[in-house]
Amino acid sequence: MAGPTITLSASTFDEEVNSASTPILVDFWAEWCGPCKLIAPILDEIASEQDGRLTVAKLNVDEAPDVALRFGVMSIPTMILFDGGEPAKRVVGAKPKEALLGELAEYL
Amino acid sequence: MSLDDLAGRGVEVVIIGSGPAGLTAAIYAARANLHPVVLEGEPSSTSDQPGGQLMLTTDVENYPGFPEGVMGPELMQRFRDQAVRFGAQIHTVKASRVDFSSQPYGVWIGGADADKPTLRARTVIVSTGAQSIMLGLDREIELVGHGLSTCATCDGFFFRDQHIAVVGGGDSAMEEATFLSRFASRVTVIHRREALRASKIMQRRAFDNERIHFMWDSVVEEYLGESTLAGLRIRDTKTGETSVLDVTGCFIAIGHRPNTDLFVGQLEMKDNGYLITEPNSTRTVVEGVFACGDVQDDYYRQAVTAAGTGCMAAIEAERYLESLHSRAVS
Repeated sequence: MAGPTITLSASTFDEEVNSASTPILVDFWAEWCGPCKLIAPILDEIASEQDGRLTVAKLNVDEAPDVALRFGVMSIPTMILFDGGEPAKRVVGAKPKEALLGELAEYL
Repeated sequence: MSLDDLAGRGVEVVIIGSGPAGLTAAIYAARANLHPVVLEGEPSSTSDQPGGQLMLTTDVENYPGFPEGVMGPELMQRFRDQAVRFGAQIHTVKASRVDFSSQPYGVWIGGADADKPTLRARTVIVSTGAQSIMLGLDREIELVGHGLSTCATCDGFFFRDQHIAVVGGGDSAMEEATFLSRFASRVTVIHRREALRASKIMQRRAFDNERIHFMWDSVVEEYLGESTLAGLRIRDTKTGETSVLDVTGCFIAIGHRPNTDLFVGQLEMKDNGYLITEPNSTRTVVEGVFACGDVQDDYYRQAVTAAGTGCMAAIEAERYLESLHSRAVS
């Protein structure tokens, strides 16, 4: 089941993050990262369940290395929650759904 | 079938863990019509996760049947697909407690304090594997993801043209160093002895690589840098002298420990925590509980040997269930 997860690119990143009507969780990922694959379906579920409260977006670091560098991403998956266009919370590494929701709780 | 539907209902085979051993056991048990339930674990960026340690590797070049090599996560996806194809039920949850004191055996998922187990099973196949050991230095956990890594394949990309360190002297350390040399300008392998434990082919590959350098008889004493790693304090174990190695990344590959906390007091273990099985068998001290893969193997520790013992466990579980049945009939 594909949730309403949106896909960002280097050229759309700033606009999408700044104009999001809810906090936006950006998943920095890549094709070759095993843990990124494990967490992808969880993010899709969260996107569906939190629709309207949270936007979930994916950014492929292979395609947008400069954006990853700008936010100091050194390990993937890294998920950064942007609130009002500013990074508010950072979660590094794959985690179970409950643990991830727990980290995001104050923004939901 | 959801886990709630399974609750209370007896299961023939529960498999705890989903690396090469657990998923091979699942393929065999499913084909034997035992309807195995696999508790594959929960996502994590350590090796204690669905798919096991191969999820954190890149090219697997020694798994038979893949002459061109295969990516670790892709190989595990194929194992999983094959198990699902024959009807294994795979759940992305972690077992929190087991009770092997009475038949059918109890397995808890989620709250370990619950009075009743989530599942009851006539046989349990333990394939929880092993995971990487960290150095145990100050601030280690907070630096993971900030220059310190346990997953070269996940993080190597971010160290392009930088100087990084790999700690360890075995095959996995050489594999990481060789992989990381694709990105890094310089890779320094820090090893506490004066010779490597790695296999000859992996050693040669590392020695022939111009970007890989070695610091022998050396241990990491301290992680330097504030919020991100900015260097390592290294101690020479022979002279006792310390020095600073100027690296922005550090990858730890010093060995493994078995994931056996769940079985303390219920299954026999060696001093190093690995489960004990009967010779040439996956049988544990508890009848109907079998152990396969790295959780009971501190010697070979290969995907193919794990798969082999996973097959043995499924066949032994099947024969055990048959013997229960014939005992019940006679």
